[in-house]
Amino acid sequence: MDTALILHFLTTPLVFLIWTTFLKTFILLNVVLGVVSVTVFAERKVSAFIQDRIGPNRVGIPMTLLGGKKDIPLWGLGQMIADPVKLLTKENFVPAGVNKFFFWLAPKLVLLPPLLVLAVLPFGSSLFGVEMTIANINVGVLFIFAVTSLSVYGITIAGWASNSKFPFIGGIRSSSQMISYELSLGLSIIPIFMVCGTLNINEIVDWQIKNGWLVAPYWPHGFSLDQLLHPKDLIHSLIAGVSLERFLLWIPMMVSFVIFLVSIFAETNRLPFDLPEAEQELVGGYHTEYSSMNFASFFLGEYAAMFAGSGAIVSIFLGGWSLPIIPDGSHGWFWGLVNIGAWFAKVSVILLFMIWIRWTLPRFRYDQLMKLGWLGFFPIALFNIFLTAIILAVVHH
Amino acid sequence: MPIVVNRPKLTFAEKCYLPSIFAGLAITWKHLKRALFNKGIVTMQYPEEKWDANLPDWYRGAPTLVVDENGREKCVSCQLCEFICPPRAITIKPMEIPENDKWRKVEKRPEEFDIDMARCIYCGLCEEVCPEEAIFLRKDYSITGLNRAEMVHDKKTLYKLGGVMKGLTFKWNELK
Ligand code: SF4
Ligand code: SF4
Repeated sequence: MDTALILHFLTTPLVFLIWTTFLKTFILLNVVLGVVSVTVFAERKVSAFIQDRIGPNRVGIPMTLLGGKKDIPLWGLGQMIADPVKLLTKENFVPAGVNKFFFWLAPKLVLLPPLLVLAVLPFGSSLFGVEMTIANINVGVLFIFAVTSLSVYGITIAGWASNSKFPFIGGIRSSSQMISYELSLGLSIIPIFMVCGTLNINEIVDWQIKNGWLVAPYWPHGFSLDQLLHPKDLIHSLIAGVSLERFLLWIPMMVSFVIFLVSIFAETNRLPFDLPEAEQELVGGYHTEYSSMNFASFFLGEYAAMFAGSGAIVSIFLGGWSLPIIPDGSHGWFWGLVNIGAWFAKVSVILLFMIWIRWTLPRFRYDQLMKLGWLGFFPIALFNIFLTAIILAVVHH
Repeated sequence: MPIVVNRPKLTFAEKCYLPSIFAGLAITWKHLKRALFNKGIVTMQYPEEKWDANLPDWYRGAPTLVVDENGREKCVSCQLCEFICPPRAITIKPMEIPENDKWRKVEKRPEEFDIDMARCIYCGLCEEVCPEEAIFLRKDYSITGLNRAEMVHDKKTLYKLGGVMKGLTFKWNELK
């Protein structure tokens, strides 16, 4: 009797929405923070391999501490736990002369925006009928822009509140970096709205499932699992996919993709655009004066931003959680899980790409970045909008 | 005289970065792939693998005391090394060699000879200053201890590390 009542209560629409949202938020947050520490480990390993080193390979299960003869190195996977433990147990030093309130506020401001971005990213189709987006709002992309621009405040405030020269320069650089790329970031996405006709990320993903990923020049029409058994239908759908409009639209979509990708690099302060941090020139830039958990917040924020940025790239350009042929979650929970896995796999590929880029390219000079933003990407993104409009107007009708 | 260096004329391909970015990515990819299969790695796994066999003759490791081929302590406790040691790592307590000793003629030897390895900076001045060629920097470099007391090398340890030094040595080797 009681359980039936509780079940009834839990399945009333509003209550159901509330508790599933909380559950999704909780699980996603934990998964993402886990992914962050894996990313840090991957970064250390990949950087080591690129530089012909070995990388962390010792920290595993410390059997010698428990009285054993030999440690189990586990390819250094224990580093993922050892790093945060080290950061958590260090002294949290606050230098004299800092502005205490803002000094404590800044790390939180850096950590928060990337986690908020995750709220609007569809990380899967649906599982047991529950939509795998925390908040399906119809201004999703705008929300991402609005929230990610906030993270620059964290960096600028950290630089200013530290009351020290290098963090200050880092903060200044960060704000000027933001105004030079944020504009092209916004403009580069407008052609996508023109093609898909929506600002809702879920709908952009749906559009891509129907019409193919935005970065693809060609997409088979109406591809499905049963077609694999009927070669005639398969060939038919392969041919039906060829269209002039699609091919022409591919050019502006690629331009948008490149500009968006590069801007995301700048957004997340990754090399080659890590000017606010710039260890070699600025001793670590805006977080020079931070230690322990405050520093870890910046660290987490950077990697969470990488994750959120990759998630945005995947959802907007690379078909989100969809894979060709694979059906969505309405065909059973198994496919729902496959979709979630596909999303995380795609995000991991982009994350690896970011790491790979970091250990390949040298840092841009300050003025080069501004020039790239204002004289390169800004006009190209503007021109791209007109190009898309012309293609849509001429070929579409 | 000022030298004018003209800015090189860049081609369009160079100006838009992309070709060199791809070239760079190809290079790092090659290294990544090679390292994944454990090839071309230059790291030496320190405590298991060591470079000891390749240490040069003039390597300045821990300072040690030596005996000659007759088993006589070469140090005569003149304390010159104690005075020259920049971080004052050496402490010597001299003693007179007793009447009935075989080496009575030498007159003095150290009763205690301590080198605090937590202080020593491996400068080699003690070796240079020693008139008796009794103190030498050998090749031991991995000196560890759990506390300050363990880091002090006493006379026994010093002789154990130093061993025997036969004949005359050419101390003023140009590399020393
Ligand atoms: S090597 Fe230099 S520092 Fe060390 S004991 Fe000799 S003189 Fe002193
Ligand atoms: S080691 Fe050499 S310099 Fe030092 S006390 Fe002995 S004889 Fe003198």
